[in-house]
Amino acid sequence: MTTAKLTCGAQRGHKVPMQEPWMIPMRTVRTMLVAMAGLPMLTGCVTVNAPAEPIVIELNINITQEVIYRLAEDAGNTIDDNAGIF
Amino acid sequence: MMTIKTTFLAALAVAALSTGLAGAAMAQQQRDPAYAAARANGTVGERMNGYLAVVGEGSAELQRMVADLNNSRRRAYTGDTPEGATLEQYAFTAGCIAIWRTEPGEKYQAPDGSWQTRVAGQPPMRDARCPPAPAR
Repeated sequence: MTTAKLTCGAQRGHKVPMQEPWMIPMRTVRTMLVAMAGLPMLTGCVTVNAPAEPIVIELNINITQEVIYRLAEDAGNTIDDNAGIF
Repeated sequence: MMTIKTTFLAALAVAALSTGLAGAAMAQQQRDPAYAAARANGTVGERMNGYLAVVGEGSAELQRMVADLNNSRRRAYTGDTPEGATLEQYAFTAGCIAIWRTEPGEKYQAPDGSWQTRVAGQPPMRDARCPPAPAR
């Protein structure tokens, strides 16, 4: 993320002609305009849009057949011991 | 001598079988009548995750009963979950068994999420990870 931020708006190096200090050179204006135009694009690089639907984490992926086989006897006993709610 | 041994074993088997049957009958008797009725008429079904659910609309009273039963189940699961297993794993395993033990006419959740009615003489449709014949 940091890398993308650092390099996303990076431009190639270029030569700048000498200017009178009071002048705002056309090139600078152009660069600023381009930079401003590029701003939304730059934001796009780091913005993550949240999905409209709620994020559902699938817990079942942790339940393997091996685990179920190992737990089966205990789980059966839990049901027997709590017959009224099963 | 051989005959005595065989007779003894047969008696033992009969005793074990009748104990099992008595256990199943006792389980049904221990259920609250409202819960037993809701199971029998298919308004409450067994989910794959080890908890109950109201099938269809269901009255507020029924919803509350199911919520209470599920809270009790969660407590039971939490207390019995062995070291190294999660509550979800344990509850899911119990769900496999609870669905296996449903009686004909009762509702259960199939692996595709749909509600199914248990049919006599047919095994329920269960998750592929469930044990083939859970210990009773």
